Amino acid sequence: MASITLNNLVKKYGDGFPAVNDISIDIADGEFIILVGPSGCGKSTLLRMIVGLEDITDGDLLIDGKRVNDKAPRERNLAMVFQNYALYPHLTVYENIAFPLRLAKGKHSEEQVDKLVTEAASTLELTDHLQRKPANLSGGQRQRVAMGRAIVRQADAFLFDEPLSNLDAKLRGQMRSEISQMQRRLGVTSVYVTHDQTEAMTLGDRVAVLKKGELQQIASPRELYEQPINLFVAGFIGSPSMNFLPATVEGNTLKTVLGDLAITPEKAAKAAGKRVVLVGVRPEFFEDAKLVEDSKRGHGSTFTASLTHTEWLGNEQYGYITFDPAPEVRELLNNLARDMDADELRPQIVVTLDAASRIRGGREAEIWLDTRKLHLFDPETGENLTRDAAAGAALTEEANEERAEEIANAQGHSPQDSDRSRQGSASESPDSAEAPRSAGSADAGSAGGATAAGGGKHTAG
Amino acid sequence: MTDNSTKNKVLWTVVTVLVLIYALFPVVSILATSFKSPSDLTSGKFLPSSGTATTSNYEQILVGNAQDLFLSALRNSIGISLIATFIAVVLATLCAYAIARLDFPGKKLILTTALAVSIFPVISIVTPLFNLWRTIGLYDTWLGLIIPYLSLTLPISIWTLAAFFRQIPWELEQAAQVDGATTWQAFRKAIVPLAAPGVFTTAIIAFFIAWNDFVYGISLTSTEAARPVPAALAFFTGASQFEAPTGAISAAAIIVTIPIVLLVLLFQRQIVSGLTSGAVKG
Repeated sequence: MASITLNNLVKKYGDGFPAVNDISIDIADGEFIILVGPSGCGKSTLLRMIVGLEDITDGDLLIDGKRVNDKAPRERNLAMVFQNYALYPHLTVYENIAFPLRLAKGKHSEEQVDKLVTEAASTLELTDHLQRKPANLSGGQRQRVAMGRAIVRQADAFLFDEPLSNLDAKLRGQMRSEISQMQRRLGVTSVYVTHDQTEAMTLGDRVAVLKKGELQQIASPRELYEQPINLFVAGFIGSPSMNFLPATVEGNTLKTVLGDLAITPEKAAKAAGKRVVLVGVRPEFFEDAKLVEDSKRGHGSTFTASLTHTEWLGNEQYGYITFDPAPEVRELLNNLARDMDADELRPQIVVTLDAASRIRGGREAEIWLDTRKLHLFDPETGENLTRDAAAGAALTEEANEERAEEIANAQGHSPQDSDRSRQGSASESPDSAEAPRSAGSADAGSAGGATAAGGGKHTAG
Repeated sequence: MTDNSTKNKVLWTVVTVLVLIYALFPVVSILATSFKSPSDLTSGKFLPSSGTATTSNYEQILVGNAQDLFLSALRNSIGISLIATFIAVVLATLCAYAIARLDFPGKKLILTTALAVSIFPVISIVTPLFNLWRTIGLYDTWLGLIIPYLSLTLPISIWTLAAFFRQIPWELEQAAQVDGATTWQAFRKAIVPLAAPGVFTTAIIAFFIAWNDFVYGISLTSTEAARPVPAALAFFTGASQFEAPTGAISAAAIIVTIPIVLLVLLFQRQIVSGLTSGAVKG
């Protein structure tokens, strides 16, 4: 069990291109961190730097406070699950799992090896397959063997490099919950690379969003969703993604293609001085005006629009409204789409409607929009003008407490008795939710990480 | 559908039989000739005339008067080819591994040079080599043949093995390193077992090349000290100067084919590829 600290990590390749640029993250003991971003954002490189398969150009990597920049992978005591499993095809499942134990010569007797492998195999339900070769296993089984190889040794942390991307959707969901439960049970610090939103949101205690080698924001999934720091994070997190509408601010009113939207004076004040802003609206902020309860109606604005088509999914339905933005806004939206790995963004608005709604494509319809949770973005810098940092930090803090509790529950301890080990790994100061923090604030740590650290300590005993 | 597949089968059978006849006819012809008596050689028939089939040709080269010439040549061929193969495979394994895995300056140069060496006509370097070897005392020695054989076997070994190493997922080695292996352990425990079929295949190819060489064999040797079989065959003589040594040469040719056939049969199982399946998502 260990904490991992990344201090201003930089990775430059031969051509001087920074694949990873000045990334600082404090990973507390027992924490589950997700690195997410579009392809080419440097998330896998960062993971490989942590495990030691990639040299660190600049910055410090600390495991449990000790600098490990120059240590070989085998000296770092980390376990890694590779995207394509990397099983040894000439060895049986048993020997594959036992491989790390056999390498640590003299540390384990034959009985100990047998005991550890059998334990790991039963945890992963591989007992029946121990004598088979990897070639004869299904994708899910191979994946579990790869996990078995990681959990069989007492590694300080688990690193996952898109471990589920080769599985089919159903198996992926199943393995996802297994990984989540296993991580809580073992209380092991974990770093998990993925490009899958669902994995990022469901598994992570905190999620680090990367773009072109730079850390955009690291926060709990809820904070990312509700208080994104910029256009990129707002657009990347959430599916279907956030809609961005160009608007001009006049007093407390936003003039948009959908019509006038009333916003609070505080929000309007934050956008003061900007000629044009981008309004970020999540699809679920919309509703069929006919189905909105009267008590809620006052919190939003109603407008009429014609949907091009709707998609009924059973529990809800999506409607699509196309609009024609000004050329410079279109350019901006296209750039954003490119950043997010998507094809050219069609200037359309996705609205989520109640499944009972009778609105259909091609007809004029009244749609209500909840304006309370709107965000306003600066179209030039992409910065979120209306982000409430304190509310965001509170969400992340909440997630931290939940984690401590979950680990304690999974291990059969109450969270209270972990208080004595508060010396803990510095992490999550309230402002660590703010994107790349300065190196100096590392010691501004608060209870959040330390409590969790305590929760993790118990596994060692 | 059924019609089609039956047609296909027949077609393939016919093609296979044709290719087999084309490839094996000379071998069978030599085999038949090796059992002919000297007087029967010019009979114009494919098989020895009935009643005259004889093993005298084999006796001649194995226990008879051509024994010295042939047996020492066989010994030379086996020894020189095995040593050349062994050195080539060891060097090529290390070289190919470096080429497949590492990024170092001059990597392209090595591959290009290897290719250039292998397409360089043997006959054009044999004369300078003959002079050089005589000067430095390597003429008519085993080493004097092993070195030129390495120049023939190394390039092809490097190319085959590099291609083979590239197929082995790099993650395996990285996984081993993360699991606690040193670089050498990762190579030995994760890569070598997977590379074994490739190494065997390469070894057999290299052995064939060394075994079949004629130009170096005849130019760089003068006595039984180092002369290999292909060169020795040229020195066979008949019982008298009016008698062609065709029978003895045929018998020797059959005998030198046997080790090759044995090798292939022996390592057939190792040569099967596809051993890497299951390492990564297939």
